[in-house]
Amino acid sequence: MRKFSLTPLHAAAALAWVCALGPAFAGEVEVLHWWTSGGEAKAAKALASTLQAKGDTWKDFAVAGGGGDSAMTVLKSRVVSGNPPSAAQIKGPSLQDWAKEGVLANLDDVAKADNWDANLPKTIADGLKFKGHYIAAPVNVHRVNWLWVNPEVLKKAGAKTPTTWPEFFATAEALKKAGVIPLAHGGQSWQDFTVFESVALGVGGADFYRRALVQLDPASLKSATMKDVLTTFKKVKDYTDRNAPGRDWNLATSMVIRGEAGMQLMGDWAKGEFIAAGKTPGKDFQCVPAPGTAKAYTYNVDSFAMFQLKNEANIKAQKNLAAALMSPAFQELFNLNKGSIPVRQNLNLDKFDNCAKESAKDFVETSKSGGLVPSIAHGMAVPSAIEGALKDVVSNYWNSDKATPEQTMDRLVAAAKTK
Amino acid sequence: MLSSAPSGARVDWLPKLVVAPSFVLGFLFIYGLILWNAYFSVSASRMLPNYEFAGIEPYLQLFASERFQVAARNLAIFGLLFIGGALVLGLLLAVLLDQKIRNEGVLRTIYLYPMALSFIVTGTAWKWILNPGLGIERTVQGWGWTNFTFDWLVDPDKAIYCVAIAGIWQSAGFVMALFLAGLRGIDNTIIQAAQVDGASLPRIYWRILIPSLRPVFFSTIMVLSHIAIKSFDLVMALTAGGPGFATDLPATYMYAMAFTRGQINLGAASATVMLATVAAIVVPYLYSELRSARR
Repeated sequence: MRKFSLTPLHAAAALAWVCALGPAFAGEVEVLHWWTSGGEAKAAKALASTLQAKGDTWKDFAVAGGGGDSAMTVLKSRVVSGNPPSAAQIKGPSLQDWAKEGVLANLDDVAKADNWDANLPKTIADGLKFKGHYIAAPVNVHRVNWLWVNPEVLKKAGAKTPTTWPEFFATAEALKKAGVIPLAHGGQSWQDFTVFESVALGVGGADFYRRALVQLDPASLKSATMKDVLTTFKKVKDYTDRNAPGRDWNLATSMVIRGEAGMQLMGDWAKGEFIAAGKTPGKDFQCVPAPGTAKAYTYNVDSFAMFQLKNEANIKAQKNLAAALMSPAFQELFNLNKGSIPVRQNLNLDKFDNCAKESAKDFVETSKSGGLVPSIAHGMAVPSAIEGALKDVVSNYWNSDKATPEQTMDRLVAAAKTK
Repeated sequence: MLSSAPSGARVDWLPKLVVAPSFVLGFLFIYGLILWNAYFSVSASRMLPNYEFAGIEPYLQLFASERFQVAARNLAIFGLLFIGGALVLGLLLAVLLDQKIRNEGVLRTIYLYPMALSFIVTGTAWKWILNPGLGIERTVQGWGWTNFTFDWLVDPDKAIYCVAIAGIWQSAGFVMALFLAGLRGIDNTIIQAAQVDGASLPRIYWRILIPSLRPVFFSTIMVLSHIAIKSFDLVMALTAGGPGFATDLPATYMYAMAFTRGQINLGAASATVMLATVAAIVVPYLYSELRSARR
């Protein structure tokens, strides 16, 4: 493999050298990302101009589609052939997998200069380190355990915004009687799991969630609490519509926007859809923590892993990129466009809306109280093979009328052992 | 004259030389890659290729996986229904078109047209047609039959039949064209002789014409079975493997494992199993058909 790739690599290097004769010492950053939709694309452009101002060349390497699946396929082939980009959008335990392959660069000097240890919550910072060294720069925090509510619809049905699961079912029942779909849902395995983790967090609490779904403790995966979680989860399905299978999340969100459905359990990227439809947070739609999870927070942190490069100028440009990603200016600009909140702590959030402010407040509080947990559905907690196996089990339980909680718990235990 | 004619030796090596490049390329890029994939299936490859030997562990994992069992069962259901359905429907259309009707050319084009579409388009169109909230169910309910339900697409136990329906719709016209060509190729005197003997038209078709289409059946089944086994785009567009993983096929399973879940060895193992399945079915069939043809 290696032998074959050397020749084209040298040719490419020679070509790059010839092309680079003009601006002799400027570095180039090639960034693999999938920020191709509206607000995200705008943010990526802002990042490019920040770096260009420092004299570096930005080489866009956007691979759209599939929530990054297609991008990962491209990335693998680039890394295997010995020609990695400067940085790629990688998050969660996948960072550790890539680091184990020995292809990621050490960012400790950038982190030290900007004091990342103090500016990031410890839970988040630990996930960005491999053997104590920073290997990735974080850009944002998404909160996953949100319940999006159309207050108009709830008012018409005489229901109130739920804060616990029993209240949720009372509200859902009232909405059903009023002839609207209580919960908008899209039947794709990651959406099924997004609902499942909110139920697990609300019914079982943060400690249970962490033991069962992050540490994958078999005794917690097969326990009375898990049985409650699964029973509640299945009950939620009765309040979704029959046409849900295969529906995309944004179509489900637009059902809430149009008032065809009352609520949706979805991460804070759903806010972008409401705002794009001209709705105001707090007035036309409400964001509340998923039932029973007011004191907990499932996070999804996007980050950029930096790959080992050979060219000095490019390494310098790469470090500039890492520093720029964590800079207060970029964190604010990017997150205003993306709907998430800055991962960097102690920033001024005046420009953000109420949902984001509440998210930021809860983020700080839960990081102190221990209610801050990683999202499994969004690849933050367990390796992708286990994540996929768990999603299979949960989706199968959600969709099948025959699967029982007992059987499903055995399957969860088996899925957790996936190597 | 004599001097410009190729010598005996040259005649001997020239064809080999001409075929050699395609042989080498085919050998490398088909059989070489099959072997490479087979090695991955017994390697410790996870997120990235890894050449460490891991034995049959991936295969044990594969056969223990419930999702793969569902995928294999789905392939059997889909394969039988798709091949059988397309054959029956295609043959029926061909026989009907063979009745020297008016506007045959127009009808033939209409039936053949779905073949011009890609499976992605077919899948997306049928996703809308079969969706209970948009397609057939809603339309019929709109006509007044409010109790009518047709929700196979969202029913995990029946969704695989929807994939077969869309596949048959796509391929039946193509099968029809093959059979029609076969029917037209049959010597008219045989039919006339049968008519003189007083055989009815259905009997002529059933006992004489259809049996003589055996070579057409052979090539049609070959084409359809490879479409069935490598089916990927149709499922992706129609159901994306859902609800849950109820409509997964080995090809979609292989993609999910190798490219999104970081289990390259498991994906490679399922690809190898797919190849072995195809070989187990196709090779004996090919052998018996070709032997009887030679006889």
